[in-house]
Amino acid sequence: MNNVKIKVEDFNFHYGKTHVLKKVSMDIVANKVTGIIGPSGCGKSTFLRSINRMNDTILGAKAEGRIILDGRNIYDDDIDVVEVRRKAGMVFQKSNPFPKSIFDNIAYGLRINGVKDKYYIHERVEKSLRDAAIWDEVKGRLNKNAFELSGGQQQRLCIARALAVEPEIVLMDEPASALDPTATLKVEELIQELKKKYTIIIVTHNMQQAARISDFTAFFMMGELVEYDVTSIMFTKPVKKITEDYITGRFG
Amino acid sequence: MGHSRFKEKMIHGLFFLNGLVAVIVLVGIFALLVTKSISAFREISLSQFLFSANWNPTATFVAPSYGIWSMIVSTFMVSLGALCIALPLGIGTAAYLSDVASARVREIVKPIVEILAGIPSVVIGFLGIVLVGPVIAKVFHTTNGLNALNGSILLAVMALPTIISLSEDALKSVPKSFEEASLALGATKWQTLVRVKIPAALSGIIAASMLGMGRAIGETMTVLMATGCALEMPKSFLDSVLTMTSTIAIELGEVPYNTTHYYALFAIGLVLFIITFVINMISDIILHRYEKVIK
Repeated sequence: MNNVKIKVEDFNFHYGKTHVLKKVSMDIVANKVTGIIGPSGCGKSTFLRSINRMNDTILGAKAEGRIILDGRNIYDDDIDVVEVRRKAGMVFQKSNPFPKSIFDNIAYGLRINGVKDKYYIHERVEKSLRDAAIWDEVKGRLNKNAFELSGGQQQRLCIARALAVEPEIVLMDEPASALDPTATLKVEELIQELKKKYTIIIVTHNMQQAARISDFTAFFMMGELVEYDVTSIMFTKPVKKITEDYITGRFG
Repeated sequence: MGHSRFKEKMIHGLFFLNGLVAVIVLVGIFALLVTKSISAFREISLSQFLFSANWNPTATFVAPSYGIWSMIVSTFMVSLGALCIALPLGIGTAAYLSDVASARVREIVKPIVEILAGIPSVVIGFLGIVLVGPVIAKVFHTTNGLNALNGSILLAVMALPTIISLSEDALKSVPKSFEEASLALGATKWQTLVRVKIPAALSGIIAASMLGMGRAIGETMTVLMATGCALEMPKSFLDSVLTMTSTIAIELGEVPYNTTHYYALFAIGLVLFIITFVINMISDIILHRYEKVIK
């Protein structure tokens, strides 16, 4: 595959004694949407959170192997975790805006990076909100508390917040699972728009969603990467029987 | 069947009575203070009582005066001083316990902090005389270290457990998702704590400090022992002061019954009661609002 953004090589992950990810190797292509599917507890969220090292915060976590982002193994000792997280933004399953104003939510990422220029912050906030397709809904009330927004709006706000620090990769952990169908549709459309600029990796429980929005699909089971291919092939002619069984809903 | 229902009713009634006792005691104390104070205010005007700094109830050659303004100022000075010391220390400790310390350290430190709350105030006052006082005298070159600053330091020590414990609870109850969101944006642990967690826990922290403050204002033995008990308008933290609580404690034992002086001491008690009541109520309101926001 050409234009590889992230190269995962023999990646293992343990929580204490549980071996959560087993020898995962895969190449993730730039400016595409890569969907990650699999039954609950298969390690797909852990895999996603390994890419921005969010698992570091968990006690007893241990990673082996390599995840190479732009030629650098992010698990090298001399790597700056903060730098990795800036490059790989994250959107969580449950929308989690800060208890601050809409504006301050977006500006937060810039401010912690030391940006003081008010004009620039304003510009970035507007741009991020436009990119996340929520600008028109909030432009008149940027000073209102983010909690006043609906669930779907909050999630797009969180996407905007992630975009504000200009990441290269956006990691999404079931971003639409808590949303109603209309809000889900909006987020899905947004993802299609975003892949022009960002590399997107999305964990989803929803098979149809994976089929609709992802260019590549990876199927995880019990911590192993079972199959990984172009989405259209995965959903029509999977190589492995177990992939087919899962995709056709025989278990899950 | 009838028997068990009767028992059920009895138990219900018993617990209701228990709850009622607390209310009756509160109302009773308030009523006592008010009725006694009314007798005082027959002789003294309210404004003079509150805002005159001249307290001389046992004057023999001139008319006795009953102004408690210097005591009110002293009380607030000592308490606010305590808060200024206890707040940064308390929040710092709470943040350390909730975010930095390992589980082991937390398990050891938190009970110790809570035990601190159980030290009798007379022991703290004793330390004020033999330890804090001499240190203050040495550092600031004063004749003795029994002054407002000493009282503030001791009250800070006494308010710390409340502030630490409740602030830590407040920080702990900040949803983990806020922290994750912040870290995922590339914030450091420190930035996350200062810019996300503490603001999110702020109302809990404010409520904690107001409760600590409420305790400091009503504290008697410690300030009585450590502040020097000089009846005058304090000009600085190095002046000896006499607080409202100290005045009551010192004078109530020797005052003739049912004199204006006697009633005036009750009136001081009423003022104290109202101050602490208002502070507790405000912290309660803040705490409730905070619980609602978190949910």
